[in-house]
Amino acid sequence: MIDLQVLTTDALEAIAKAQNSQELEQLRVNFLGKKGSFTEQLKALGGLSPEVRPAAGAAINQAKDQVQEALSERKTLIDNAAAEIELEMGQIDITLPGRKQSTGGLHPVTRTIERIEAIFIGAGFTMAEGPEIEDDYHNFEALNIPAHHPARAMHDTFYFDANTLLRTHTSTVQVRVMESTAPPIKIICPGRVYRCDSDMTHTPMFHQVEGLFIDENVSFADLKGLIAEFLRVFFEADLAVRFRPSYFPFTEPSAEVDVQCVSCKGDGCRVCSQTGCLEVLGCGMVHPKVLEKSNIDPEKYTGFAFGMGVDRLAMLRYQIKDLRLLFENDLRFLRQFH
Amino acid sequence: MKFSERWLREWVDPAIETEELLQRLTMAGLEVEGTEVAANDFSGVIVGEVLAVASHPDADKLHVCEVSDGKDIFQVVCGAANVRTGLKIPFARIGAQLSADFKIKKAKLRGVESHGMLCSAAELGLVEVADGLLELPANAPTGIDIRQYLQLDDVIVEVNLTPNRGDCLSVAGLAREVSVITKTALNVPVMSAVKASIPDTFPVELQSTADCPRYLGRIIRNINPDSETPLWMLEKLRRSGIRNIDPVVDVTNYVLLELGQPMHAFDFDKLEGGIRVRRAEPAEALILLDGKEVALTPETLVIADHKKVLAMAGIMGGKYSAVSPRTTNIFLESAFFVPLAIAGRARSYGMHTDAAHRYERGVDPNLSPLAMERATALLLDIVGGQAGPIVEVNAQMPATATVSLRNKRIEKLLGVSLPADEIHDILTRLGLQPTNSHADGFCWKVPSWRFDISIEVDLIEELARVYGYNNLSVSTAQTNMSLQPQPEANVGIKSIRNTLVGLGYQEVVTYSFVAPELACVLGDGKGNEIKLANPISQDMSVMRSSLWPGLLTTLKYNQNRQQTRARLFESGLVFNNTNNKIEQVVKVGCLIWGAHHPEQWGSVEKEVDFYDIKGDVELLLGLTHNLAHFSFDPGLLPALQPGQTAEIKCLEHTVGWLGALHPKILQALDIQGKVFLLELDYELMSAARITTVKNLSRYPSVRRDLAILLSESVSAKELDSLLRDTAGSELQDLIIFDLYSGKNIEKGKKSVALGLTFQHPSRTLSEADINPIIDSCIKALADKFNAELRK
Repeated sequence: MIDLQVLTTDALEAIAKAQNSQELEQLRVNFLGKKGSFTEQLKALGGLSPEVRPAAGAAINQAKDQVQEALSERKTLIDNAAAEIELEMGQIDITLPGRKQSTGGLHPVTRTIERIEAIFIGAGFTMAEGPEIEDDYHNFEALNIPAHHPARAMHDTFYFDANTLLRTHTSTVQVRVMESTAPPIKIICPGRVYRCDSDMTHTPMFHQVEGLFIDENVSFADLKGLIAEFLRVFFEADLAVRFRPSYFPFTEPSAEVDVQCVSCKGDGCRVCSQTGCLEVLGCGMVHPKVLEKSNIDPEKYTGFAFGMGVDRLAMLRYQIKDLRLLFENDLRFLRQFH
Repeated sequence: MKFSERWLREWVDPAIETEELLQRLTMAGLEVEGTEVAANDFSGVIVGEVLAVASHPDADKLHVCEVSDGKDIFQVVCGAANVRTGLKIPFARIGAQLSADFKIKKAKLRGVESHGMLCSAAELGLVEVADGLLELPANAPTGIDIRQYLQLDDVIVEVNLTPNRGDCLSVAGLAREVSVITKTALNVPVMSAVKASIPDTFPVELQSTADCPRYLGRIIRNINPDSETPLWMLEKLRRSGIRNIDPVVDVTNYVLLELGQPMHAFDFDKLEGGIRVRRAEPAEALILLDGKEVALTPETLVIADHKKVLAMAGIMGGKYSAVSPRTTNIFLESAFFVPLAIAGRARSYGMHTDAAHRYERGVDPNLSPLAMERATALLLDIVGGQAGPIVEVNAQMPATATVSLRNKRIEKLLGVSLPADEIHDILTRLGLQPTNSHADGFCWKVPSWRFDISIEVDLIEELARVYGYNNLSVSTAQTNMSLQPQPEANVGIKSIRNTLVGLGYQEVVTYSFVAPELACVLGDGKGNEIKLANPISQDMSVMRSSLWPGLLTTLKYNQNRQQTRARLFESGLVFNNTNNKIEQVVKVGCLIWGAHHPEQWGSVEKEVDFYDIKGDVELLLGLTHNLAHFSFDPGLLPALQPGQTAEIKCLEHTVGWLGALHPKILQALDIQGKVFLLELDYELMSAARITTVKNLSRYPSVRRDLAILLSESVSAKELDSLLRDTAGSELQDLIIFDLYSGKNIEKGKKSVALGLTFQHPSRTLSEADINPIIDSCIKALADKFNAELRK
């Protein structure tokens, strides 16, 4: 019979030397299994006298527990080490790019329109849209531009027949809204407009956003306040804004709005043709004849309208130097907005 | 309009620098577009006198001249043909600086010493090209600096006048405006009436008095055809951008620029009977001054005599009756034509003239007599002759407006009240006169030159303008806080755009007009495209009836720029003429081409196919939460490849198309690789369902898979509807998870693997529940499609 002390020492030593869970399992079987050394020791108790049996049994069980505990500890150690190795093996190059579809993007004109919309919708304006093929009445007549008005010469209109044309401005939408809606009216109308003109700085199609606000007490002072604020919000800069008298047949008083050059901040540069300011918007108080034509009482209601060139605003905002880039749709250009 | 600052300052001379003056004009609504100097920045050039001219001994075209500067005499070699003894010319002595890098030095020309240079107008920067020396008047004081003599330190200003300010299309008009905005008095030159020295008159008859309520005519006889326009006048014309023609025309142009009254001079010897102002008669034609022959329309007002048409009234004179170098007797016209009689006429003939430009904007109706006297006086000075009395015929002249102005209205419109004395001051400076007062202000009589003012708001605008837009107050509008409707049962176009962007599509913006050939092959083939009457070019001459031409043009453009794949979309109106009714509907169009994914590691590169774009459409349609309402049916469209074309329907209405671009079109457009296209009608596809949530079943679901073999001709749609009909309400989901034909499968057959998921709302489904359903499905498949279960 092997000495329990020696057996325990051997077992503990063997366990400490075990390198993996298989070896450890083998040791468990060898020592604690049905035919294991400690089981053999317990089986041998029967040969002892009843007086010494309890003490001997207790000693064996204590030794067995000690071995069991050593097995568990060693197992934890080995398992942890194995887990470490597995994690080590599982390392990947997280700097490799992810698998994906290519990125899409909105056209800068759409992006700009959405930005303008968001600003005005925040102030309680709603969106309105209208047809692009228009009739003479909505494009001109209703806006106080009768036949032969000199302003028509400045519009270079595309015609289908004497009465049907491509709208030259989004002011047509104001007319349609005024015809069908009673004041208060507070709308913005983005869209494509067309003029028969094509050179370095003109494309035959371009984009405008028109705004209209009619209520009982809307004044030129309100117009100035709103436009100046809009330009500062749009350009995210505290730019000087200047109102200059101008003429549109459908507003009076009318103004052109100049904003301090966004590029040089007023010092004069190529973008502003050395003037230090940029003409960005036309506006004015809705002409009483325009209100009357849409059956709105100009004595009771006043209002203002404004119109801006989206393409130009986009060019200024994103430093696009050539207008024609906007409609060539070169993917290398468009991807820069992703 | 171009004007000379010096000329303006002869009329009104505010004590402010040029820059300040121009700034004030701009801020008064007379936008200064640009400026240029009246002459190059030269120095040291004086008035010289040619004392003698001799031929150069060694050069045929050169002359050796003796030139005086008033003190000394210099030998100068000159090549100009017009050099002659006694001529006064600009003389650049040694040391004169003609430009930054051109200094006059002593020189030898073909062996003869030259002490200076005689100059042409071009060499001084007055004109682009000049023929010969600039000839100065005989009375030009020799030795005086030419800049001083010709008043060349001047700025030419281009002012962009809005159509309502016809009153400012003259030096006098601009001066009036400057006088108002700078509070400086006008210095109107003395213009006195010219007494008739001969009794000759020519009768004038107004047949169209509504078009021409005033016509003044005057004969001037025995003018000197050899006279020349004085240099001071030529310089003013030049700085106003007007070419010199001959002295008579130069004078009428001068009066036009100075006073704003268009005038015309006829060769009196070409006139017969008398003047008649009338509309053109049918089939009348006229050869214009510029030699162009026009067929006159009955809307055109003409000046005629008793035999023939002489001129297009207020637009351009005729060639036959024009003043020529041999003319000795002239008939001078100064008339008022109403704007509506002239407006648009010049443009309808493709013409634009200074006279028409003014008449269509309006000319002061009271100006014609003054202009007639001014022109006569200038003509008698310059070309001599004897003037007859003025024949003046008047009809109903336009009434001068009297406009009531209410202080309350000013405040309502401008948001600020102006003090009564400020109002009074501004309006009187503008030439208005208060007539009678009313409870809230005055009535104001408008001067004849401010024909643009006729209603109250016109006065308010004038007040705001002169007061200064930027001096008016700023406020924030008080407005009601009503909330705006937010319809949820509709997919917004923005959400469609954003979904496409998320799916990797790039938005493009293409022209709404396209090439007719492209519109035709890519359209519905019915030829309903709408044509522009005046397109900018042939390839932009019809309105797009589909978004595909723009998308394909964009694809082609980018293929030519080394792009290897594209996912494009556009949204916008397309146009169709259906039964003579123009339809404009919003469509969303997509195009895919090239590899499905961008080239990257760890993914197999695959060219796009039908199902890639179909998947994207299904995702888009899914935004409606109503995908089950949509179906894809095999269809035929001329632009798409048969067999790879789907008509998209929503509850039996066609809402769009998708498919492979027809190989013939691919070839015609020279596009490599396959292109897949989609177009949806936004209005028809965007109705959405607002979700109403169903209770979730707390019981497990059961999945059964079936692998069946059946004819290739059975469509997935047929399979789907049969199984859904057969399996009953416990079938929650049905997918095709594998599809195979080819090796090991009988020709004409395909193997389809189906996954069926069952769930009951209130109990766990047992084998006994599922097995009969599966059996009936297998039986139905066998009965209907002759499908067999794969072992």
